[in-house]
Amino acid sequence: MLFGVIAAPLCGALLLFALRGLSQAAVMRIGVGSISIAAILTALLTHGYLLKPQATTVWLWNWFTVDGLQVGLALYLDGLSLTMLGVITGVGALIHLYAAWYMQGDPGYRRFFAYMNLFVAAMLLLVLGDNLLSLYFGWEAVGLCSYLLIGFWHHDPANGHAARKAFITTRVGDTLMAIGLFLLFRELGSLEIQTVLARAQEQWPQGHELATACALLLLGGAVGKSAQLPLQTWLPDAMAGPTPVSALIHAATMVTAGVYLIARMHGLFELSPLALSTVGWVGAASLLLASGAALFQRDIKRILAYSTMSQIGYMFLALGAGAYSAAIFHLMTHAFFKALLFMAAGSVILALHHEQDIFRMGGLRKRLPLAFWSFLIGSAALSALPFVSAGFYSKDAILFAVWAQDHPLWWGIGVSGALLTGLYSFRLIFIVFFGPARGSQTSERPHPSSLAERIPLLVLMLLSIIGGFISIPALDVLPTLDPPHPLGILLLQIAVGLGGIALAWYRFGRRPQHAPELVGWRRLAASGWGFDVLYEHLLQRPWLTLARINRADLLDAPYTLLAALTRAGHRLIIRSQTGHLRWYVRALACGLILLCGSALWI
Amino acid sequence: MDLGLWLPVLVLIPMAGGAMCWWTERFGLGWPRWIAAFCFGLDLILLLFLWAQADLHGGISHGEPVFLWEFERPWIPRFGISLHLGLDGLGLLLIGLTVVLGLVAVLCSWREIQQHVGFFHMNLLWNLAGVIGVFLALDLFLFFLLWEWMLVPMYFLIALWGHENPGGRGRVYAATKFFIFTQASGLIMLCAILALVFLHHQSSGLWSFNYIDLLQAELSAQAQYWLMLGFFVAFAVKLPALPFHSWLPDAHSQAPTAGSVDLAGVLLKTGAFGLMRFSITLFPEASAQFASTAMLIGVAGILYGACLALAQTDIKRFVAYTSISHMGFILLGLYAGNLMAMQGVVIQMLAHGISTGALFVLCGALYERIHTREFSRMGGLAKAAPKFATALMFFSLASLGLPGMGNFIGEILILFGAFQVAPLLTALAASGMIVGAVYALLLIQRSLHGPPGDLANMQDLVPREQGMMLALMALLLGMGLYPQPLLDTAHTTLQGLVYSFSGGGG
Repeated sequence: MLFGVIAAPLCGALLLFALRGLSQAAVMRIGVGSISIAAILTALLTHGYLLKPQATTVWLWNWFTVDGLQVGLALYLDGLSLTMLGVITGVGALIHLYAAWYMQGDPGYRRFFAYMNLFVAAMLLLVLGDNLLSLYFGWEAVGLCSYLLIGFWHHDPANGHAARKAFITTRVGDTLMAIGLFLLFRELGSLEIQTVLARAQEQWPQGHELATACALLLLGGAVGKSAQLPLQTWLPDAMAGPTPVSALIHAATMVTAGVYLIARMHGLFELSPLALSTVGWVGAASLLLASGAALFQRDIKRILAYSTMSQIGYMFLALGAGAYSAAIFHLMTHAFFKALLFMAAGSVILALHHEQDIFRMGGLRKRLPLAFWSFLIGSAALSALPFVSAGFYSKDAILFAVWAQDHPLWWGIGVSGALLTGLYSFRLIFIVFFGPARGSQTSERPHPSSLAERIPLLVLMLLSIIGGFISIPALDVLPTLDPPHPLGILLLQIAVGLGGIALAWYRFGRRPQHAPELVGWRRLAASGWGFDVLYEHLLQRPWLTLARINRADLLDAPYTLLAALTRAGHRLIIRSQTGHLRWYVRALACGLILLCGSALWI
Repeated sequence: MDLGLWLPVLVLIPMAGGAMCWWTERFGLGWPRWIAAFCFGLDLILLLFLWAQADLHGGISHGEPVFLWEFERPWIPRFGISLHLGLDGLGLLLIGLTVVLGLVAVLCSWREIQQHVGFFHMNLLWNLAGVIGVFLALDLFLFFLLWEWMLVPMYFLIALWGHENPGGRGRVYAATKFFIFTQASGLIMLCAILALVFLHHQSSGLWSFNYIDLLQAELSAQAQYWLMLGFFVAFAVKLPALPFHSWLPDAHSQAPTAGSVDLAGVLLKTGAFGLMRFSITLFPEASAQFASTAMLIGVAGILYGACLALAQTDIKRFVAYTSISHMGFILLGLYAGNLMAMQGVVIQMLAHGISTGALFVLCGALYERIHTREFSRMGGLAKAAPKFATALMFFSLASLGLPGMGNFIGEILILFGAFQVAPLLTALAASGMIVGAVYALLLIQRSLHGPPGDLANMQDLVPREQGMMLALMALLLGMGLYPQPLLDTAHTTLQGLVYSFSGGGG
């Protein structure tokens, strides 16, 4: 059955790749159907697991065995991977259904669903692989699908650029992770996750440098995939892909792979306090910078992208504080409400004929009630509105854990992030859904709304409200913290979140807004704090310049020189063969004199 | 029956077939093509038969190389020269690659080559017959002869059927450059061979060119080092390793498609094979001493090739530079000297042969249709030719080392192995994975995506090309998902190699 969960989307992808000329309805049936089958199988698995909570391994085949390195393709199911499975197939199925509506009429409909199905299969391999190398397999394959889907509309070079940027930036992290695997194998002699964790705890004492090195290298992979500092620059650009892609890959599943990796390898990170606190600091810095940047974006999807980055920052913060289950809990609720927000944004964008600038929207509350309510509920969850939203429970779990771990600074950052979150998410709502209607709005919609649009939104709305009450089975795999919930802190956290919303109303809700001229640090924040420019000048440009200078291959020069010298010598000798007798005699005489002279000298 | 008798047949089939091709041209252009395809098909069947018969777990060797079958007949007994052939697991795999790519080369020339078709196929077949011979030869004289034998037909392939660059360096330039480079390095190898034979004669009083005898030659450390260097240079030029690589981009870009497939897919592998069979095995201590330098050259090649690939505007030159980058991995793995890295080298050779061969076939198909190799005139081809685009994308992704394809297994095993001995250098080599992604994606962007260029109305792949691409894709995927049969086949040979490299054999 576990195999079936992967096999269904994989077969879907293969069928869609192989069968050209399918009708749109058939493509939809295969593409959405395969994920739905996977979701149903996951539900059955969950049922079985709850009855008998026990980790199981399904052996597929021996990938390769070389000289002590045995790598099997095997699937490992425990509470953690089951939670991820639920998110991937459940939210994935809803997004697929939505995409069937969103992508209607696109000439690449079949290709789109083939890539999406392939992505789901790869993501499942990532979370189910019981071996770090099969995890890496999935890790790279989701990167590929992300590349293909960001650049899905490839006639526009900008989309291609965004796709390449995403792939290459994450590949930097992947390479660090690969080096981490080399090191782990060299030191521990295995890549099987459970064996690695067991041996690491046996061989390395707390705080051992090698444990730190391995953990930091894995963290490199995690920050790449999860778009955290310093490899975060690709995520806002990745919004070039179709909106369901952003919902599935760049909000709900792939970008959280880094969180999964660290939670999965937490036994290793526990060995190194330094690595663990680095995780926390990366999260703290990312969440602050990203929510700051979100405040100044004009593009509706970029706001959500920065918001995703900051929410993953919260997860990293939780991981750094050792609250792994809180991180995974937030991962799940975030998948619900962020997928909801992205899909609602997609509905808005489609209704406005691919308009993404929030300052050219306005007053959409009445015209798009479904999108409005989705945004309202999603944003409430995002800014952790107390008691009625899923985000409240998961975010509070993180903040309490951080508080209990004696990290007042992290807690402070987390709380100020919460303020910013409320501010930027309701800024969006006030500008887009309230105020007067603006921009080039035509009344008729290109896509009439359909059930395929409404069902996913409604289900996710429900989940964003009650998702906080789902008890996740990951708890039995990860060490549980049960931090105290001091009432004062709770009230403070609630007050800050509400304060952000109030501030948003005060600043953006009272009168119609116009696009502000961004100057100084605001412009810097809007550009994602200048990382793009920095990397371009520091890495990209010098490398390309070097390549361009050397286009003709300098190392070829010695050979060309050799050839030229030979030819020159050849010409010199030809010059001596003039055919004039006088010249020959003169040369002969000179030669004789030289010869006799040198004989005399010696 | 002694299966060793089949070994010369493996060489003779394409040899005789080549002569037939030339002769039957008079009956029609179809004849040479079908004969060439038939010869490779026959060789392939023979090889599969041998593979099925092979006892791969036979002897685990300690020092003495173990061959599955040998064939030996005296030739010039006075100098101890014999027709001595031997097949081991490594040779089996590489000959398999040669034959498969030979078939591909014939198929991809079906429409491209319209002049002197018979002579063309004769050159093709003779060239590959030489290559197969090189993979089999166990007599150094015979080996040298076959080594040189490979060159001449390749020279003709480039010089006669190559592309002429308007305003650029032409096909004759490229062919001559290729010839001089390999010839000069061959000369160095000849000197090394002769010196080895003389030294062996001095110490044992026996004239012999026999590989097995020469393995026992007693040499001073210094002599070993110099001789090893002589062999190394010859093979490094062929591989090509860093300072000797500049013939490759020229030869590749001017060669006809079949020539490029041959060169990249097979001929480069003879360099790696030579290093394994001769340079390392004959002089293990000197090679171990030289290992760190060689690995450094390898890593430099990975990064240098990748960097230069970025700047190319000609699609075939581009692929040529990526080849240099990939061959760097091979050098790194070979001199890491452990089994894992060596296994990686073998997979990398096979996978690179197939993926780069396929890329050159696609470049050729593209040139046939739009008559340019310049990136600036491409773009947006994905829309006009989706099947072509799928294939090109598949093989570019393979070449960037995506898991699931053979190249990944090769690269990752090399890196795993090399990391055991040289962690920092390997970390540097691993950054080649990043640059690899940069150039592979750039290839996709420049040719397939973006706004359609003026040549976007391109005909898609025809069934012949589709079949070829599908078969190569299947091979590459099989290699990536279940490489174990290949690893097992090469295991015994490589274990012997590692054993001698680590000084166990003495």
